[in-house]
Amino acid sequence: MKLLSPAVLLRGEPQADRVVPPTGFTARLTLFAAAAMTFLAVFALALSLATGRLASNWSEELARSSTLRISAPAEQIAAQTEAALQVLATTGGVARARALSREEQQALLEPWFGPDLPVDSLPIPQLIEIIEDAQGYDPDGLRLRLAAEVPGAVLDDHGRWRRPLVKAAGRIRSLGLLSLLLIGAVMGAMITLAANSALAANAQVIAVLRLVGARDDFIARAFVRRFTFRAFWGAVLGMGLGLAALLALPEAQAEGGFLTGLGLRGWHWVWPFVLPPVAAMVSFLATGGAARRMLRRLA
Amino acid sequence: MLFPPCAAIASAAPILQKDKAVAGAYVIELDNLAYSYGGGELLSDISLRLTPGSFHFLTGPSGSGKTTFLKLCYGALVPTAGHALLFGKDVRQMDRDEIAEIRRRVGVVHQDCQFLDHLTVAENIALPLMVSGRDVAAEEVNLKELVAWCGLTHRADALPPELSGGERQRAALARAVIMSPDIILADEPTGNVDWEMSERLLSLLVELNRMGKTVMIATHDLGLIRAAKTRVQARVLRIAKRRLQLAGADL
Repeated sequence: MKLLSPAVLLRGEPQADRVVPPTGFTARLTLFAAAAMTFLAVFALALSLATGRLASNWSEELARSSTLRISAPAEQIAAQTEAALQVLATTGGVARARALSREEQQALLEPWFGPDLPVDSLPIPQLIEIIEDAQGYDPDGLRLRLAAEVPGAVLDDHGRWRRPLVKAAGRIRSLGLLSLLLIGAVMGAMITLAANSALAANAQVIAVLRLVGARDDFIARAFVRRFTFRAFWGAVLGMGLGLAALLALPEAQAEGGFLTGLGLRGWHWVWPFVLPPVAAMVSFLATGGAARRMLRRLA
Repeated sequence: MLFPPCAAIASAAPILQKDKAVAGAYVIELDNLAYSYGGGELLSDISLRLTPGSFHFLTGPSGSGKTTFLKLCYGALVPTAGHALLFGKDVRQMDRDEIAEIRRRVGVVHQDCQFLDHLTVAENIALPLMVSGRDVAAEEVNLKELVAWCGLTHRADALPPELSGGERQRAALARAVIMSPDIILADEPTGNVDWEMSERLLSLLVELNRMGKTVMIATHDLGLIRAAKTRVQARVLRIAKRRLQLAGADL
């Protein structure tokens, strides 16, 4: 069977395709199914890409850093901080360790307590930011050493809450991809039903075509081109509506940090434009299969 | 009035005479053929050989299997026993594409002429060209002449449902011959037309036979057979009691 050419998709039905009478109902059904499914696919796509972005943001921003918290009586804090920095300096896998300044700590607390918090007068633990090198350190080994030398230190390597989040983001991403597959399958099923109904409604046309010497391929092509054309333009319509809806979404705020918006970013805008050709391909395969199955059964 | 006009025949002749070489001596060869349907045998022990350029009538009472017999002759049905060879090839061994090829060499005029009702008469007549991938535009002149030859020029742009019974029969005949087939099979072509129209259709078929086409007409119209016998050497086959017999000269 001749592959569908882009020209056929854009120009529509060549002379030979006129042998199939225009059928309003299946035409509208195909157009609607393709448009609706592509509209949904745009969101499934946006969801997958956004969660993918989320997972990688969290991995990147949190994987390479951890925090050491030193809670001790005020007079011991400076000494324990010094000791902890010493330990960290001699720990393999730690690239840099830095005690946060008073101002930085205040900035971290500001969203919760407001700018007027008198940090000086509160027994706030000292935080040390640890940046790992490419190999990373062994958190259990470090905890043991710290327990011996800096009793007030608590190591938070972020993994405890980062891993489930990244895992959840990955799951959502897989679900998004699964949704895309299901949407494609449902569109294929609907177009197959529409094609079957069109073929059944045109049994008389097919009989006449066979009588005058048409090969099955000729007949199948006439139906396939028609359905592929409709699915393509239906998908273009659905994609347009989906993109418009995405553009209308409120922007994620910069302060949201790694809580990224659902919209598309940068070159990801290319992906929705892949959907109409994919819809056309799904329709091409679905209709071709339906037509060949039905024609084989006919005399 | 003589129909079709002689000038039109002469001009249409070139497209109708592009004879293809026929493999083997017979265009249709039936060998001990039988056809059963629903447990009962409809046709049995049928042997027949059609030579190129022959003219046959097929008669028999209603329901005797004339239409079934014709369908066996163009591969629409496969015999349940025995063999049917079209152009030297057994129908049973043909795939669907080969059957399609055979249909381009066998023009069939159905009893109830079926057209594509959303296409014009001219497009319907050109349909065999279109489905076989020929350039319809390049055959425009030939098509016009064929339409004129069948007396349908003034109806060329009409839709099939708008045609009268006789016009439908002539359009079906035009469609059957546009590919210049080697065989023309007509099933009751004069079934629902008046006598004058029957005469016209017969003239067309006789003319095609003179151009070398093998013609077989299923009919129970004895007047038509008598009329044909004055113009062409026609043999009459009769289906009776499931068997095919050569009818005597008593018609």
